[in-house]
Amino acid sequence: METNYALNGRVRTSAAVSKKSGAGKAGAKLLPYTMVAPSIAVFCVFILYPIGYMIYLSFFHWNLIGPKTFIGLENYLDLLHDADFWQVMGNSFLYMFLMVSFSLMIPLLLAFTLKQDTRLNKFLQGVLFTPYIVSLVSISYVWMWMMDSDYGLINYLLHLFGMSPVGWLSDPSVALPSLIFVSVWKGIGYNTIIFISSMETIPQYLYEAANLDHAKKHTVFFRITLPMISPTIFFLTLMNIISAFKVFETVNLMTQGGPMNSTNTLVYDIYQYGFQFYKIGYASAMGVVLMGIIGICTVLYFRALSRRIHYR
Amino acid sequence: MKRNVLRRAGRGLAGLILVLIFFAPFYWMVLTSLKTLGQTLKMPPDFWVSDPQWRNFSEVMRRIPFFSMLKNSIIVTIGILVCQCLTVIPAAYAFARFQFRGSSFLFGLTLTTMMIPAQMIFLPLFLMFSKMQMINTYASLILPSASSAFAIFMMRQTFKQVPDEIVEAARLDHAGEFKIMCRVMLPIARPTVVTLALITFIATWNDYFWPLVLTTKDTVRTLPVGITALHLDEGGIDYNVLMAGNVLLVIPVMIAFFFAQKQIIKAFTYIGDK
Repeated sequence: METNYALNGRVRTSAAVSKKSGAGKAGAKLLPYTMVAPSIAVFCVFILYPIGYMIYLSFFHWNLIGPKTFIGLENYLDLLHDADFWQVMGNSFLYMFLMVSFSLMIPLLLAFTLKQDTRLNKFLQGVLFTPYIVSLVSISYVWMWMMDSDYGLINYLLHLFGMSPVGWLSDPSVALPSLIFVSVWKGIGYNTIIFISSMETIPQYLYEAANLDHAKKHTVFFRITLPMISPTIFFLTLMNIISAFKVFETVNLMTQGGPMNSTNTLVYDIYQYGFQFYKIGYASAMGVVLMGIIGICTVLYFRALSRRIHYR
Repeated sequence: MKRNVLRRAGRGLAGLILVLIFFAPFYWMVLTSLKTLGQTLKMPPDFWVSDPQWRNFSEVMRRIPFFSMLKNSIIVTIGILVCQCLTVIPAAYAFARFQFRGSSFLFGLTLTTMMIPAQMIFLPLFLMFSKMQMINTYASLILPSASSAFAIFMMRQTFKQVPDEIVEAARLDHAGEFKIMCRVMLPIARPTVVTLALITFIATWNDYFWPLVLTTKDTVRTLPVGITALHLDEGGIDYNVLMAGNVLLVIPVMIAFFFAQKQIIKAFTYIGDK
Protein backbone atom coordinates (compact mmCIF):
# COMPACT_ATOMS: atom_id res chain seq x y z
CA MET A 1 0.00 0.00 0.00
CA GLU A 2 2.78 2.40 0.77
CA THR A 3 4.40 2.44 -2.62
CA ASN A 4 3.71 5.36 -4.89
CA TYR A 5 0.92 5.03 -7.32
CA ALA A 6 3.14 5.24 -10.33
CA LEU A 7 4.93 2.17 -9.11
CA ASN A 8 1.77 0.22 -8.58
CA GLY A 9 1.19 0.21 -12.29
CA ARG A 10 4.21 -2.01 -12.77
CA VAL A 11 3.47 -4.47 -10.05
CA ARG A 12 1.33 -7.26 -11.36
CA THR A 13 -1.18 -8.50 -8.92
CA SER A 14 -3.25 -11.57 -9.45
CA ALA A 15 -6.35 -10.43 -7.61
CA ALA A 16 -7.72 -8.95 -10.80
CA VAL A 17 -7.87 -12.26 -12.60
CA SER A 18 -11.42 -13.13 -13.27
CA LYS A 19 -12.43 -16.33 -14.93
CA LYS A 20 -15.59 -16.08 -16.86
CA SER A 21 -17.74 -19.13 -16.33
CA GLY A 22 -19.14 -19.33 -19.83
CA ALA A 23 -15.82 -18.51 -21.50
CA GLY A 24 -15.33 -18.46 -25.24
CA LYS A 25 -18.14 -16.16 -26.15
CA ALA A 26 -16.87 -13.38 -28.36
CA GLY A 27 -19.08 -10.83 -26.65
CA ALA A 28 -17.64 -11.58 -23.24
CA LYS A 29 -14.12 -11.37 -24.64
CA LEU A 30 -14.77 -8.00 -26.18
CA LEU A 31 -16.41 -6.58 -23.08
CA PRO A 32 -13.26 -5.26 -21.34
CA TYR A 33 -12.13 -3.61 -24.58
CA THR A 34 -15.41 -1.79 -25.02
CA MET A 35 -15.18 -0.65 -21.41
CA VAL A 36 -11.73 0.89 -21.75
CA ALA A 37 -12.24 2.11 -25.32
CA PRO A 38 -13.73 5.57 -24.56
CA SER A 39 -10.93 6.51 -22.18
CA ILE A 40 -8.20 5.14 -24.41
CA ALA A 41 -9.75 7.02 -27.34
CA VAL A 42 -9.65 10.28 -25.36
CA PHE A 43 -5.98 9.72 -24.48
CA CYS A 44 -5.05 8.82 -28.05
CA VAL A 45 -6.87 11.69 -29.73
CA PHE A 46 -6.16 14.47 -27.22
CA ILE A 47 -2.76 13.52 -25.83
CA LEU A 48 -0.86 11.04 -27.98
CA TYR A 49 -1.86 12.34 -31.40
CA PRO A 50 -0.98 15.96 -30.48
CA ILE A 51 2.44 14.76 -29.34
CA GLY A 52 3.02 13.11 -32.70
CA TYR A 53 1.71 16.16 -34.52
CA MET A 54 4.01 18.40 -32.50
CA ILE A 55 7.06 16.31 -33.37
CA TYR A 56 6.00 16.35 -37.03
CA LEU A 57 5.50 20.12 -37.04
CA SER A 58 8.89 20.71 -35.46
CA PHE A 59 10.49 19.70 -38.79
CA PHE A 60 8.57 22.34 -40.73
CA HIS A 61 8.53 26.03 -41.28
CA TRP A 62 4.95 27.26 -40.97
CA ASN A 63 3.31 30.58 -40.15
CA LEU A 64 -0.26 29.22 -40.04
CA ILE A 65 -1.32 30.97 -43.25
CA GLY A 66 1.20 29.93 -45.89
CA PRO A 67 2.14 26.38 -46.84
CA LYS A 68 4.22 24.15 -44.58
CA THR A 69 7.81 23.76 -45.80
CA PHE A 70 9.93 20.87 -44.66
CA ILE A 71 13.22 22.11 -43.25
CA GLY A 72 14.51 19.05 -41.42
CA LEU A 73 16.35 19.86 -38.23
CA GLU A 74 16.69 23.56 -38.93
CA ASN A 75 14.33 24.60 -36.11
CA TYR A 76 16.44 22.67 -33.63
CA LEU A 77 19.67 24.13 -35.00
CA ASP A 78 18.16 27.60 -34.75
CA LEU A 79 17.25 26.90 -31.13
CA LEU A 80 20.86 25.99 -30.41
CA HIS A 81 22.04 29.36 -31.71
CA ASP A 82 19.25 31.43 -30.21
CA ALA A 83 20.57 33.41 -27.25
CA ASP A 84 17.04 34.23 -26.10
CA PHE A 85 16.18 30.55 -26.00
CA TRP A 86 19.19 29.83 -23.82
CA GLN A 87 18.12 32.60 -21.51
CA VAL A 88 14.66 31.03 -21.35
CA MET A 89 16.21 27.63 -20.61
CA GLY A 90 18.37 29.22 -17.92
CA ASN A 91 15.31 30.86 -16.37
CA SER A 92 13.35 27.62 -16.49
CA PHE A 93 16.06 25.56 -14.86
CA LEU A 94 16.75 28.20 -12.21
CA TYR A 95 13.03 28.39 -11.54
CA MET A 96 12.79 24.61 -11.33
CA PHE A 97 15.80 24.24 -9.05
CA LEU A 98 14.75 26.92 -6.56
CA MET A 99 11.08 26.07 -6.60
CA VAL A 100 11.66 22.36 -6.05
CA SER A 101 14.18 22.98 -3.27
CA PHE A 102 11.93 25.32 -1.32
CA SER A 103 8.75 23.37 -2.03
CA LEU A 104 10.33 20.32 -0.46
CA MET A 105 12.40 21.76 2.38
CA ILE A 106 9.85 24.10 3.93
CA PRO A 107 6.99 21.55 3.88
CA LEU A 108 9.31 18.87 5.30
CA LEU A 109 10.03 21.02 8.33
CA LEU A 110 6.41 22.11 8.63
CA ALA A 111 5.21 18.54 8.41
CA PHE A 112 7.67 17.45 11.09
CA THR A 113 6.39 20.16 13.45
CA LEU A 114 2.69 19.89 12.57
CA LYS A 115 2.33 16.13 12.37
CA GLN A 116 0.94 15.57 15.89
CA ASP A 117 -2.80 15.19 15.70
CA THR A 118 -3.85 18.22 17.74
CA ARG A 119 -6.63 20.66 17.02
CA LEU A 120 -4.27 23.58 16.48
CA ASN A 121 -2.22 21.53 14.02
CA LYS A 122 -5.31 20.47 12.09
CA PHE A 123 -6.37 24.11 11.87
CA LEU A 124 -2.92 25.18 10.68
CA GLN A 125 -2.93 22.43 8.06
CA GLY A 126 -6.22 23.76 6.73
CA VAL A 127 -4.81 27.28 6.63
CA LEU A 128 -1.69 26.17 4.77
CA PHE A 129 -3.78 24.22 2.29
CA THR A 130 -6.14 27.05 1.33
CA PRO A 131 -4.02 28.60 -1.46
CA TYR A 132 -3.75 25.23 -3.15
CA ILE A 133 -7.44 25.11 -4.03
CA VAL A 134 -7.66 28.73 -5.20
CA SER A 135 -7.35 29.60 -8.89
CA LEU A 136 -3.92 30.71 -10.02
CA VAL A 137 -5.64 33.69 -11.60
CA SER A 138 -6.71 35.07 -8.23
CA ILE A 139 -3.41 34.17 -6.64
CA SER A 140 -1.39 35.85 -9.37
CA TYR A 141 -3.42 39.05 -9.13
CA VAL A 142 -3.46 39.32 -5.37
CA TRP A 143 0.31 38.89 -5.19
CA MET A 144 0.81 41.25 -8.11
CA TRP A 145 -1.18 43.80 -6.14
CA MET A 146 0.73 43.21 -2.93
CA MET A 147 4.04 43.30 -4.80
CA ASP A 148 3.20 46.60 -6.52
CA SER A 149 6.24 48.82 -6.12
CA ASP A 150 4.32 52.03 -5.34
CA TYR A 151 1.12 51.04 -3.58
CA GLY A 152 1.79 47.41 -2.62
CA LEU A 153 1.37 46.11 0.91
CA ILE A 154 4.79 44.47 1.02
CA ASN A 155 6.75 47.61 0.23
CA TYR A 156 4.67 49.47 2.80
CA LEU A 157 5.63 46.90 5.43
CA LEU A 158 9.28 47.21 4.39
CA HIS A 159 8.93 50.96 4.74
CA LEU A 160 7.60 50.51 8.30
CA PHE A 161 10.81 48.70 9.16
CA GLY A 162 12.84 51.42 7.51
CA MET A 163 13.80 49.49 4.41
CA SER A 164 13.81 50.89 0.90
CA PRO A 165 11.16 49.68 -1.58
CA VAL A 166 11.88 46.72 -3.86
CA GLY A 167 10.65 46.39 -7.44
CA TRP A 168 9.36 42.88 -6.82
CA LEU A 169 8.09 42.44 -10.36
CA SER A 170 9.89 45.27 -12.13
CA ASP A 171 13.48 44.59 -11.11
CA PRO A 172 14.99 42.00 -13.50
CA SER A 173 17.03 40.38 -10.73
CA VAL A 174 14.09 40.06 -8.32
CA ALA A 175 11.14 39.23 -10.60
CA LEU A 176 11.91 35.54 -11.11
CA PRO A 177 12.42 34.87 -7.37
CA SER A 178 9.11 36.70 -6.76
CA LEU A 179 7.29 34.31 -9.10
CA ILE A 180 9.05 31.36 -7.46
CA PHE A 181 7.87 32.64 -4.09
CA VAL A 182 4.26 32.70 -5.29
CA SER A 183 4.43 29.12 -6.61
CA VAL A 184 6.08 27.85 -3.44
CA TRP A 185 3.47 29.66 -1.34
CA LYS A 186 0.65 28.06 -3.31
CA GLY A 187 2.08 24.56 -3.06
CA ILE A 188 3.34 24.49 0.54
CA GLY A 189 0.07 23.23 2.00
CA TYR A 190 -0.24 20.38 -0.48
CA ASN A 191 3.33 19.20 -0.03
CA THR A 192 3.09 19.52 3.75
CA ILE A 193 -0.03 17.41 3.91
CA ILE A 194 1.41 14.70 1.69
CA PHE A 195 4.49 14.59 3.93
CA ILE A 196 2.34 14.42 7.05
CA SER A 197 0.25 11.56 5.74
CA SER A 198 3.43 9.76 4.79
CA MET A 199 4.92 10.36 8.25
CA GLU A 200 1.79 8.98 9.85
CA THR A 201 2.56 5.59 8.37
CA ILE A 202 5.94 5.33 10.11
CA PRO A 203 5.62 2.67 12.80
CA GLN A 204 5.42 4.24 16.24
CA TYR A 205 7.87 1.77 17.81
CA LEU A 206 10.74 3.35 15.88
CA TYR A 207 10.10 6.64 17.64
CA GLU A 208 9.69 4.88 20.98
CA ALA A 209 13.00 3.13 20.53
CA ALA A 210 14.65 6.45 19.71
CA ASN A 211 13.06 7.92 22.80
CA LEU A 212 14.54 5.20 24.96
CA ASP A 213 17.95 6.05 23.54
CA HIS A 214 17.38 9.73 24.36
CA ALA A 215 17.90 10.61 20.71
CA LYS A 216 17.89 14.31 19.87
CA LYS A 217 15.06 15.72 17.79
CA HIS A 218 17.21 16.35 14.73
CA THR A 219 18.71 12.88 14.99
CA VAL A 220 15.19 11.42 14.96
CA PHE A 221 14.40 13.58 11.92
CA PHE A 222 17.46 12.60 9.91
CA ARG A 223 17.76 8.98 11.00
CA ILE A 224 14.12 7.87 11.16
CA THR A 225 11.67 10.27 9.55
CA LEU A 226 13.67 11.20 6.48
CA PRO A 227 14.67 7.68 5.40
CA MET A 228 11.21 6.30 6.07
CA ILE A 229 9.48 8.84 3.86
CA SER A 230 12.06 8.81 1.07
CA PRO A 231 9.60 7.33 -1.46
CA THR A 232 7.31 10.31 -0.87
CA ILE A 233 10.22 12.72 -1.18
CA PHE A 234 11.12 11.23 -4.56
CA PHE A 235 7.52 11.30 -5.70
CA LEU A 236 7.04 14.94 -4.72
CA THR A 237 10.36 15.86 -6.32
CA LEU A 238 9.13 14.55 -9.66
CA MET A 239 5.72 16.18 -9.30
CA ASN A 240 7.28 19.53 -8.39
CA ILE A 241 9.79 19.34 -11.25
CA ILE A 242 6.97 18.80 -13.72
CA SER A 243 4.87 21.56 -12.20
CA ALA A 244 7.88 23.91 -12.25
CA PHE A 245 8.47 23.33 -15.96
CA LYS A 246 4.84 23.93 -16.83
CA VAL A 247 4.66 27.31 -15.10
CA PHE A 248 2.63 29.70 -17.22
CA GLU A 249 -0.18 31.48 -15.38
CA THR A 250 1.92 33.57 -13.01
CA VAL A 251 4.29 34.55 -15.83
CA ASN A 252 1.48 35.49 -18.18
CA LEU A 253 -0.54 37.45 -15.65
CA MET A 254 2.12 39.02 -13.44
CA THR A 255 5.11 39.84 -15.66
CA GLN A 256 4.46 38.78 -19.28
CA GLY A 257 7.96 37.35 -19.30
CA GLY A 258 9.53 40.68 -18.41
CA PRO A 259 11.29 42.73 -17.25
CA MET A 260 13.98 42.24 -19.89
CA ASN A 261 12.94 38.63 -20.48
CA SER A 262 14.02 37.74 -16.95
CA THR A 263 10.87 35.72 -16.19
CA ASN A 264 10.37 34.20 -19.63
CA THR A 265 10.10 30.44 -19.19
CA LEU A 266 9.63 27.55 -21.61
CA VAL A 267 5.84 27.30 -21.74
CA TYR A 268 5.39 31.05 -21.95
CA ASP A 269 7.94 31.18 -24.76
CA ILE A 270 6.14 28.42 -26.65
CA TYR A 271 2.89 30.35 -26.16
CA GLN A 272 4.43 33.52 -27.54
CA TYR A 273 6.02 31.88 -30.56
CA GLY A 274 2.84 29.96 -31.31
CA PHE A 275 0.13 32.53 -30.67
CA GLN A 276 1.86 35.86 -31.14
CA PHE A 277 4.69 35.36 -33.64
CA TYR A 278 3.01 32.45 -35.49
CA LYS A 279 6.27 30.51 -35.78
CA ILE A 280 4.58 27.15 -35.37
CA GLY A 281 7.53 24.94 -36.29
CA TYR A 282 9.87 26.77 -33.97
CA ALA A 283 7.37 26.66 -31.10
CA SER A 284 6.83 22.94 -31.72
CA ALA A 285 10.57 22.30 -31.56
CA MET A 286 10.58 24.00 -28.15
CA GLY A 287 7.65 21.80 -27.14
CA VAL A 288 9.69 18.74 -28.09
CA VAL A 289 12.57 20.02 -25.94
CA LEU A 290 10.17 20.44 -23.01
CA MET A 291 8.88 16.92 -23.59
CA GLY A 292 12.45 15.62 -23.57
CA ILE A 293 13.17 17.31 -20.25
CA ILE A 294 10.04 15.94 -18.59
CA GLY A 295 10.64 12.52 -20.13
CA ILE A 296 14.22 12.36 -18.82
CA CYS A 297 13.10 13.39 -15.32
CA THR A 298 10.38 10.73 -15.32
CA VAL A 299 12.75 7.99 -16.47
CA LEU A 300 15.34 9.01 -13.87
CA TYR A 301 12.62 8.91 -11.24
CA PHE A 302 11.63 5.35 -12.05
CA ARG A 303 15.24 4.19 -12.18
CA ALA A 304 15.98 5.79 -8.84
CA LEU A 305 12.79 4.31 -7.46
CA SER A 306 13.74 0.80 -8.42
CA ARG A 307 17.22 1.11 -6.91
CA ARG A 308 17.84 3.24 -3.95
CA ILE A 309 14.74 3.80 -2.00
CA HIS A 310 13.87 2.22 1.27
CA TYR A 311 11.05 -0.24 0.78
CA ARG A 312 8.55 -1.46 3.27
CA MET B 1 8.82 25.44 33.90
CA LYS B 2 9.88 28.80 32.57
CA ARG B 3 11.40 27.16 29.51
CA ASN B 4 8.15 25.41 28.83
CA VAL B 5 6.18 28.67 28.87
CA LEU B 6 8.71 30.28 26.55
CA ARG B 7 8.53 27.35 24.19
CA ARG B 8 4.74 27.44 24.08
CA ALA B 9 4.82 31.18 23.44
CA GLY B 10 7.32 30.58 20.66
CA ARG B 11 5.10 27.95 19.07
CA GLY B 12 2.10 30.24 19.31
CA LEU B 13 4.00 33.09 17.69
CA ALA B 14 5.22 30.83 14.88
CA GLY B 15 1.67 29.64 14.33
CA LEU B 16 0.42 33.21 14.21
CA ILE B 17 3.04 34.18 11.63
CA LEU B 18 2.07 31.16 9.52
CA VAL B 19 -1.60 32.16 9.64
CA LEU B 20 -0.67 35.72 8.67
CA ILE B 21 1.45 34.62 5.71
CA PHE B 22 -1.30 32.37 4.40
CA PHE B 23 -4.40 34.38 5.22
CA ALA B 24 -3.20 37.96 4.76
CA PRO B 25 -3.33 37.82 0.95
CA PHE B 26 -6.97 36.70 1.07
CA TYR B 27 -7.84 39.36 3.61
CA TRP B 28 -6.12 41.92 1.42
CA MET B 29 -8.06 40.71 -1.59
CA VAL B 30 -11.43 41.06 0.13
CA LEU B 31 -10.48 44.38 1.73
CA THR B 32 -9.31 45.87 -1.57
CA SER B 33 -12.49 44.71 -3.28
CA LEU B 34 -14.44 46.95 -0.88
CA LYS B 35 -12.30 50.07 -1.29
CA THR B 36 -12.71 53.01 -3.62
CA LEU B 37 -10.05 53.47 -6.29
CA GLY B 38 -8.70 56.41 -4.29
CA GLN B 39 -8.38 54.31 -1.17
CA THR B 40 -6.37 51.67 -3.00
CA LEU B 41 -3.80 54.32 -3.88
CA LYS B 42 -3.53 55.68 -0.35
CA MET B 43 -0.24 55.53 1.53
CA PRO B 44 -0.22 54.38 4.30
CA PRO B 45 -2.97 51.98 3.30
CA ASP B 46 -6.12 51.45 5.37
CA PHE B 47 -6.40 48.06 7.02
CA TRP B 48 -10.13 48.37 7.45
CA VAL B 49 -12.92 49.98 5.44
CA SER B 50 -15.75 51.76 7.22
CA ASP B 51 -17.76 52.31 4.06
CA PRO B 52 -17.64 49.15 1.90
CA GLN B 53 -17.98 49.79 -1.84
CA TRP B 54 -20.32 47.00 -2.92
CA ARG B 55 -20.64 48.66 -6.27
CA ASN B 56 -17.21 47.30 -7.24
CA PHE B 57 -19.02 44.01 -7.72
CA SER B 58 -21.64 45.47 -10.03
CA GLU B 59 -18.77 47.19 -11.83
CA VAL B 60 -17.29 43.72 -12.48
CA MET B 61 -20.57 42.68 -14.05
CA ARG B 62 -20.67 45.81 -16.16
CA ARG B 63 -17.17 45.36 -17.54
CA ILE B 64 -17.34 41.65 -18.35
CA PRO B 65 -20.30 39.45 -19.35
CA PHE B 66 -20.16 37.92 -15.91
CA PHE B 67 -23.28 35.80 -15.95
CA SER B 68 -22.69 34.29 -19.36
CA MET B 69 -19.16 33.38 -18.26
CA LEU B 70 -20.51 31.92 -15.03
CA LYS B 71 -22.87 29.85 -17.17
CA ASN B 72 -19.94 28.72 -19.32
CA SER B 73 -17.96 27.73 -16.24
CA ILE B 74 -20.87 25.69 -14.97
CA ILE B 75 -21.49 24.01 -18.35
CA VAL B 76 -17.86 23.06 -18.80
CA THR B 77 -17.49 21.83 -15.22
CA ILE B 78 -20.63 19.70 -15.36
CA GLY B 79 -19.77 18.48 -18.86
CA ILE B 80 -16.36 17.27 -17.73
CA LEU B 81 -17.81 15.65 -14.60
CA VAL B 82 -20.44 13.75 -16.60
CA CYS B 83 -17.98 12.65 -19.29
CA GLN B 84 -15.49 11.45 -16.71
CA CYS B 85 -18.15 9.40 -14.94
CA LEU B 86 -19.05 7.68 -18.21
CA THR B 87 -15.47 6.98 -19.31
CA VAL B 88 -13.61 6.46 -16.06
CA ILE B 89 -15.87 4.04 -14.20
CA PRO B 90 -16.08 1.32 -16.89
CA ALA B 91 -12.38 1.62 -17.71
CA ALA B 92 -11.40 1.35 -14.05
CA TYR B 93 -13.72 -1.61 -13.64
CA ALA B 94 -12.21 -3.40 -16.62
CA PHE B 95 -8.64 -2.74 -15.45
CA ALA B 96 -9.49 -3.95 -11.96
CA ARG B 97 -11.48 -7.07 -12.77
CA PHE B 98 -10.38 -8.47 -16.11
CA GLN B 99 -7.09 -9.81 -17.32
CA PHE B 100 -7.28 -9.30 -21.06
CA ARG B 101 -4.73 -9.26 -23.83
CA GLY B 102 -2.98 -5.92 -23.83
CA SER B 103 -4.48 -4.89 -20.52
CA SER B 104 -1.13 -4.09 -18.93
CA PHE B 105 -0.05 -2.23 -22.06
CA LEU B 106 -3.23 -0.15 -22.10
CA PHE B 107 -2.97 0.52 -18.38
CA GLY B 108 0.67 1.56 -18.75
CA LEU B 109 -0.38 3.89 -21.54
CA THR B 110 -3.02 5.36 -19.26
CA LEU B 111 -0.47 5.98 -16.51
CA THR B 112 1.96 7.54 -18.98
CA THR B 113 -0.58 10.18 -19.95
CA MET B 114 -0.56 11.35 -16.33
CA MET B 115 2.97 12.64 -16.82
CA ILE B 116 2.04 14.79 -19.81
CA PRO B 117 0.91 18.27 -18.81
CA ALA B 118 -1.51 20.28 -20.92
CA GLN B 119 1.14 22.96 -21.19
CA MET B 120 3.24 20.65 -23.34
CA ILE B 121 0.69 19.84 -26.04
CA PHE B 122 -1.57 22.89 -26.19
CA LEU B 123 -0.21 24.19 -29.48
CA PRO B 124 -0.81 21.05 -31.60
CA LEU B 125 -4.16 20.58 -29.86
CA PHE B 126 -5.19 24.11 -30.72
CA LEU B 127 -4.20 23.56 -34.35
CA MET B 128 -6.11 20.28 -34.39
CA PHE B 129 -9.28 21.92 -33.06
CA SER B 130 -8.98 24.86 -35.41
CA LYS B 131 -8.61 22.49 -38.37
CA MET B 132 -11.83 20.84 -37.22
CA GLN B 133 -13.48 24.26 -36.80
CA MET B 134 -14.04 23.54 -33.14
CA ILE B 135 -12.40 26.58 -31.57
CA ASN B 136 -14.91 28.48 -29.45
CA THR B 137 -17.09 25.47 -28.76
CA TYR B 138 -17.85 23.84 -25.43
CA ALA B 139 -16.72 20.55 -26.93
CA SER B 140 -13.15 21.83 -27.31
CA LEU B 141 -13.10 22.72 -23.63
CA ILE B 142 -14.67 19.50 -22.41
CA LEU B 143 -13.32 16.74 -24.66
CA PRO B 144 -9.60 16.93 -23.79
CA SER B 145 -10.60 16.32 -20.15
CA ALA B 146 -13.33 13.80 -20.96
CA SER B 147 -11.33 11.08 -19.25
CA SER B 148 -8.72 11.18 -16.53
CA ALA B 149 -5.85 8.76 -16.06
CA PHE B 150 -5.58 9.72 -12.44
CA ALA B 151 -9.25 9.03 -11.79
CA ILE B 152 -9.00 5.67 -13.56
CA PHE B 153 -6.07 4.78 -11.38
CA MET B 154 -7.85 5.74 -8.18
CA MET B 155 -11.08 3.97 -9.10
CA ARG B 156 -9.18 0.86 -10.09
CA GLN B 157 -7.49 0.78 -6.69
CA THR B 158 -10.88 1.07 -5.00
CA PHE B 159 -12.51 -1.61 -7.16
CA LYS B 160 -9.64 -3.99 -6.48
CA GLN B 161 -10.22 -3.72 -2.77
CA VAL B 162 -13.74 -5.09 -3.12
CA PRO B 163 -13.58 -8.71 -1.90
CA ASP B 164 -13.95 -11.28 -4.68
CA GLU B 165 -16.63 -13.13 -2.69
CA ILE B 166 -19.06 -10.26 -3.10
CA VAL B 167 -18.60 -10.28 -6.87
CA GLU B 168 -18.86 -14.06 -7.03
CA ALA B 169 -22.07 -14.00 -5.00
CA ALA B 170 -23.55 -11.53 -7.46
CA ARG B 171 -22.46 -13.73 -10.37
CA LEU B 172 -24.18 -16.73 -8.83
CA ASP B 173 -27.33 -14.64 -8.87
CA HIS B 174 -26.82 -14.34 -12.64
CA ALA B 175 -26.08 -10.65 -12.44
CA GLY B 176 -24.47 -9.30 -15.61
CA GLU B 177 -21.20 -7.35 -15.54
CA PHE B 178 -23.05 -4.10 -15.97
CA LYS B 179 -25.31 -4.84 -13.05
CA ILE B 180 -22.38 -5.89 -10.87
CA MET B 181 -20.57 -2.68 -11.73
CA CYS B 182 -23.52 -0.40 -11.00
CA ARG B 183 -25.29 -2.21 -8.18
CA VAL B 184 -22.44 -3.88 -6.31
CA MET B 185 -19.22 -2.03 -6.98
CA LEU B 186 -20.30 1.57 -7.34
CA PRO B 187 -22.05 1.88 -3.97
CA ILE B 188 -18.94 0.51 -2.29
CA ALA B 189 -16.77 2.99 -4.21
CA ARG B 190 -18.96 5.98 -3.45
CA PRO B 191 -16.43 7.82 -1.22
CA THR B 192 -13.82 7.63 -3.98
CA VAL B 193 -16.30 8.90 -6.55
CA VAL B 194 -17.17 11.88 -4.36
CA THR B 195 -13.51 12.56 -3.74
CA LEU B 196 -12.64 12.49 -7.42
CA ALA B 197 -15.63 14.68 -8.28
CA LEU B 198 -14.44 17.29 -5.78
CA ILE B 199 -10.94 17.30 -7.24
CA THR B 200 -12.27 17.57 -10.78
CA PHE B 201 -14.66 20.35 -9.80
CA ILE B 202 -11.91 22.42 -8.20
CA ALA B 203 -9.45 21.83 -11.04
CA THR B 204 -11.96 22.65 -13.78
CA TRP B 205 -13.44 25.65 -12.02
CA ASN B 206 -9.99 27.15 -11.48
CA ASP B 207 -8.55 26.28 -14.86
CA TYR B 208 -7.27 29.25 -16.79
CA PHE B 209 -4.94 27.62 -19.25
CA TRP B 210 -7.24 25.53 -21.47
CA PRO B 211 -9.95 28.18 -21.82
CA LEU B 212 -7.32 30.80 -22.60
CA VAL B 213 -5.68 28.70 -25.27
CA LEU B 214 -8.75 27.13 -26.85
CA THR B 215 -11.05 30.15 -27.09
CA THR B 216 -10.87 33.46 -28.88
CA LYS B 217 -14.31 34.85 -28.06
CA ASP B 218 -16.17 35.66 -24.87
CA THR B 219 -19.13 33.46 -25.89
CA VAL B 220 -17.63 30.25 -24.47
CA ARG B 221 -14.98 31.69 -22.15
CA THR B 222 -15.09 30.66 -18.52
CA LEU B 223 -14.78 32.87 -15.46
CA PRO B 224 -11.01 32.69 -14.83
CA VAL B 225 -10.34 34.01 -18.35
CA GLY B 226 -13.13 36.54 -17.91
CA ILE B 227 -11.56 37.94 -14.76
CA THR B 228 -8.31 38.58 -16.59
CA ALA B 229 -10.21 40.90 -18.94
CA LEU B 230 -10.62 43.24 -15.97
CA HIS B 231 -6.87 43.56 -15.90
CA LEU B 232 -6.27 44.00 -19.60
CA ASP B 233 -9.35 46.10 -20.23
CA GLU B 234 -8.41 49.71 -19.71
CA GLY B 235 -5.11 51.53 -19.33
CA GLY B 236 -4.34 51.39 -15.63
CA ILE B 237 -5.39 48.60 -13.32
CA ASP B 238 -8.34 49.32 -11.04
CA TYR B 239 -7.26 46.98 -8.31
CA ASN B 240 -10.49 47.38 -6.37
CA VAL B 241 -12.56 46.06 -9.31
CA LEU B 242 -10.00 43.39 -10.17
CA MET B 243 -10.05 42.13 -6.58
CA ALA B 244 -13.86 42.16 -6.59
CA GLY B 245 -13.73 39.88 -9.63
CA ASN B 246 -11.26 37.63 -7.82
CA VAL B 247 -13.52 37.41 -4.80
CA LEU B 248 -16.39 36.28 -7.03
CA LEU B 249 -14.14 33.66 -8.63
CA VAL B 250 -12.89 32.33 -5.31
CA ILE B 251 -16.21 32.21 -3.42
CA PRO B 252 -17.60 28.88 -4.76
CA VAL B 253 -14.36 27.03 -4.07
CA MET B 254 -14.07 28.60 -0.63
CA ILE B 255 -17.61 27.56 0.23
CA ALA B 256 -16.83 24.01 -0.87
CA PHE B 257 -13.62 24.10 1.13
CA PHE B 258 -15.37 25.45 4.20
CA PHE B 259 -17.94 22.67 4.28
CA ALA B 260 -15.84 19.78 3.04
CA GLN B 261 -12.37 20.78 4.21
CA LYS B 262 -11.55 17.40 5.71
CA GLN B 263 -12.75 15.58 2.63
CA ILE B 264 -10.98 17.89 0.19
CA ILE B 265 -7.67 17.66 2.02
CA LYS B 266 -8.04 13.91 2.21
CA ALA B 267 -8.93 13.83 -1.48
CA PHE B 268 -5.73 15.55 -2.46
CA THR B 269 -3.64 13.47 -0.09
CA TYR B 270 -4.87 10.38 -1.89
CA ILE B 271 -2.80 11.42 -4.87
CA GLY B 272 0.53 11.31 -3.17
CA ASP B 273 -0.01 8.51 -0.87
CA LYS B 274 -1.53 5.50 -2.48
